Amino acid sequence: MDKKTYERIAKQKKPKKYVLKHSLYAFISGGIIGAIAQGILDILMNYFDFSQEKAVPVMSMTLVVAACILTGLGWYDKLADKAGAGMFIPITGFANSMTSSALESKSEGLVLGIGSNMFKLGGTVITFGIVSSFILGVIRYVFLH
Amino acid sequence: MCSFIKGSSFLFDHVYVTSCATVAGPMEKRGPLQGYFDQCFDDLYCGEKSFELAERRMAKRAVLHCLEKANQKMDDIDIYLGGDLLNQIVTSNYLARDFMRPFLGMYGACSTSALTLGTASCLVEGGLVNQALAFTSSHNATAERQYRYPVEYGIQKCETTTFTATGAAAIIVSNQKSDIRVEAVTFGRVIDLEQKDPNDMGKAMAPAAYDTLKTHFKDLNRSFEDYDLIVTGDLSKYGKQILTAMFEEEGQKVTHYDDCGCLLYHESQPIFQGGSGCACSALVTYGYLLEQLRQGKYHRILLVATGALLSPVMTMQKETIPCIAHAISLEAVTS
Repeated sequence: MDKKTYERIAKQKKPKKYVLKHSLYAFISGGIIGAIAQGILDILMNYFDFSQEKAVPVMSMTLVVAACILTGLGWYDKLADKAGAGMFIPITGFANSMTSSALESKSEGLVLGIGSNMFKLGGTVITFGIVSSFILGVIRYVFLH
Repeated sequence: MCSFIKGSSFLFDHVYVTSCATVAGPMEKRGPLQGYFDQCFDDLYCGEKSFELAERRMAKRAVLHCLEKANQKMDDIDIYLGGDLLNQIVTSNYLARDFMRPFLGMYGACSTSALTLGTASCLVEGGLVNQALAFTSSHNATAERQYRYPVEYGIQKCETTTFTATGAAAIIVSNQKSDIRVEAVTFGRVIDLEQKDPNDMGKAMAPAAYDTLKTHFKDLNRSFEDYDLIVTGDLSKYGKQILTAMFEEEGQKVTHYDDCGCLLYHESQPIFQGGSGCACSALVTYGYLLEQLRQGKYHRILLVATGALLSPVMTMQKETIPCIAHAISLEAVTS
């Protein structure tokens, strides 16, 4: 059977992609995480006298720790399977990528296992984060000086 | 001696299944075939420190159960054949240290069940050995880790994804008459229809299953009607539909056909399109289908174990996915 005929047959039977449903779930779950973050920020600023500048990193860290704990308990992947991008894009997704990689490689030991594999998935974000901020920094320098 | 039919099939006269054993993981235990497994584990770690050790433990349990059922000791077996999904087939190779008998490690991805059983049958039929033990295993966590992402990584799975079955199975074939015999085997060709998506194994492997089935039918002058049941290894729901459509495209009626990936689990279980992995076809065939043959529900069945011979490195280098399928015909012996 040639490739063209095969692709036609396979296309007819292809399982349905729930783009709308997944987008909606991502929108809502991402929104909920955003709302929780805002709540934490408000509490920090109103009740604990944090300046906004200091409250933002504390809020991020709280989310990161929460995501790590959820990953360790084995809940994060189950939630994220429903939420999709809603839990993948926020900082919690990055925390999950590191914790899950660390958990996975703990059987290979502390140094060569966890140490070297922790950034297996998250490493690319860091690499391209640094590269793109360098490029933007150069552009900014050239145009503003 | 075995008769070599033109093409790629062998017909056997005196290869019998002495015993078989299956060990299943937690998700498989909750599936519809629970009662057919010799042992089930409630936890993916199976009481071990790592998932790799857990898989080895399951494989060892399967081999030991199988020997016990056949009333044989480890060194009574003339040759062991085994394989799994992990790099350097570590589960089988490390387990083989215990055997102290000749061992053939084989890799055929998810088709390893039929590959090892088929080769073992050839050795027995050829009179080279009296009895051979074939085993295979797969573990959801070790396979996910090697082929996809860390187990706890939160990512939305593609709708065409399959779920690697956790389990191990072993089977002893010998020239001593028993109630089931291995009747024929067709070793498949590597087929590549330029599929690139590692999250869509059903679509990648269906052409291989189609090719092997066509060859098998042609070599032995048979059709779907000659079997009480034909099962593919792990094409899953989607792949099963594609394979059916491929035969229908050329006007051939598909009957008595199912897929092990669909038989192993309930529809309601979170397994996406269905089960996959070496253990998928092995658990269903050695555990459930052979029992059906014994009970007389079926007379003759055909297992077409499918395997996607990909590696994550080749996928990342934008290579396509070569696939293979091996067919084994099993028959109840009527005395």
